[in-house]
Amino acid sequence: MDAALDSLYQEIILDHYKHPHHAGLRDPFEAEVHHVNPTCGDEVTLRVHLSEGVVDDVSYDAVGCSISQASTSVMTDLLIGKPVDEAMQIHQTFLELMQGKGQVEPDEDVLEDGIAFAGVAKFPARVKCALLSWMAFKDATSQTLSKETS
Amino acid sequence: MEGLLPELEIIRKDFPILERQLAGGLPLVYLDSANTSQKPQVVIDTMVDHLEHHNANISRAMHQLGAESTEAFEAARDRVAAFIKAPSRDEVIFTKNATEALNLVANTFAWASGELSVGEGDEVVITEMEHHSNIVPWQLLTERTGATLRWFGLTDDGRLDLSNIDELINERTKVVSLTWVSNMLGTINPVAEIAARAHEVGAVVVVDASQAAPQLPIDVVASGADLLVFTGHKVVGPTGIGVLWGRREVLEALPPFHGGGEMIETVTMARSTYAGIPHKFEAGTPPIIEAIGLGAAVDYLDHVGLDAVHAHEQAVTGYALEGLASVPGVRVLGPLDAASRGGAISFELDGVHPHDIAQVLDSRGVAVRAGHHCAKPAHARFGVQASTRMSSYLYTTPAEIDALVEGLNYTRSYFKVG
Ligand SMILES: Cc1ncc(COP(=O)(O)O)c(C=O)c1O
Repeated sequence: MDAALDSLYQEIILDHYKHPHHAGLRDPFEAEVHHVNPTCGDEVTLRVHLSEGVVDDVSYDAVGCSISQASTSVMTDLLIGKPVDEAMQIHQTFLELMQGKGQVEPDEDVLEDGIAFAGVAKFPARVKCALLSWMAFKDATSQTLSKETS
Repeated sequence: MEGLLPELEIIRKDFPILERQLAGGLPLVYLDSANTSQKPQVVIDTMVDHLEHHNANISRAMHQLGAESTEAFEAARDRVAAFIKAPSRDEVIFTKNATEALNLVANTFAWASGELSVGEGDEVVITEMEHHSNIVPWQLLTERTGATLRWFGLTDDGRLDLSNIDELINERTKVVSLTWVSNMLGTINPVAEIAARAHEVGAVVVVDASQAAPQLPIDVVASGADLLVFTGHKVVGPTGIGVLWGRREVLEALPPFHGGGEMIETVTMARSTYAGIPHKFEAGTPPIIEAIGLGAAVDYLDHVGLDAVHAHEQAVTGYALEGLASVPGVRVLGPLDAASRGGAISFELDGVHPHDIAQVLDSRGVAVRAGHHCAKPAHARFGVQASTRMSSYLYTTPAEIDALVEGLNYTRSYFKVG
């Protein structure tokens, strides 16, 4: 039974959970969103700062389980400093991994520490936890982009 | 252990799912009965037998099967009436669940004319420990009618704060709606005392007995309620069926909720007149099989005896409170003495999120609930975002509580806390 648990709770996940990266809300930002997981109440407030087509900063304040907290931390590592297009591609890759029911082979070159979440995809109840802040990022980024164009 | 059901092993055999083995060949330890209870064989068999031998629509079918089906459905109403000691079977209305029953009540108050009508300047009083289904319908009602929603706060040990009852329930109060037993804190509320105050000012008392009906003997008249609801799936019955009981005068004064077949007396293109209770509130083909299953379920509980079920729950709850207290870092939300609470215990474990606790317990076959249990305001009151909840029932054994406690100690070591 521990093998199943260990596939979910990889060391990397527990490390990010205990020591989250880029935590806290920072200025400047163009959009701030608040997302909740209505079934369990996990919450994240997330800000995005884009400049010249690059994700300059993603800052957040989040409460939730180890999976959602670690996923937020890993996401900021992956996306800060990336061009928006590339960030959105990484987002898509992570989404596909999470929705792959454990059948998708994760790409370490793209997802780095994010590959640790491959095991989460086998636990349908936890997929939402892993995706909470990723969905918030997508929302905040598209709000920012539509502000720019309007 | 004193108070346990003497025939616990036999009772467990009545519930086939308790034999279930989970992944890795682990036995099921089901501690999520406040969420939904398991079903005894007799409920399953009654429903299957009806489908196999008697299925037909009720009331409107003139053939033999129709008569049998109608009789079985109405017999279920008799059984439910006996279960809650309703003065009249006509006061028992079948709904989809407790949620629908509460929405029926809140909506018809908005539409009522005369004394029961809730409008501008009127007040509706609820409590901070309600399930969302006893909060949101009243928010909708008061928002739509311009009435004011007020509520009882909670004390630090998870009881209703009654210190301002005379101010809170006043001559403007039209409705007081509260839960008998909290699904999160476990607290058993002094319903009759609050009902007495409400009646002094002429308010109608609505009682959410969703967590009370499974584990306390219910006498609707003695409870002080004017209207009382519960849900079938928590009293060893099926999903898809709930009950609204109301005093005849109140039910007769309220307007219909849904319009359709069965609820009418006569229909013309210009207007309709309505059937008497209970049919006035049962538009359309009801959940027939589910009602019949519920009849078998409450019969089963009556046969075991609600006093005995209650004593069992108190014994198991007391044992669980002791066990939880032995785990470092556990904080129980709600009253700490088993006598003033029901069989649902929500708790926090220092350093581990409820989701993660539930996940580790599940890997050991122990099923609990993690989250806000549809009681976000009560969680907010105690400054917690989510909690873990174990809930027992008449089939729960002390050994299952031991498995929970061992699981929690294991969780602590797995997440390296302490
Ligand atoms: C106290 C309380 N009220 C109402 C409900 C709602 O029951 P249902 O979802 O079956 O309508 C529940 C169950 O979740 C409950 O515990």
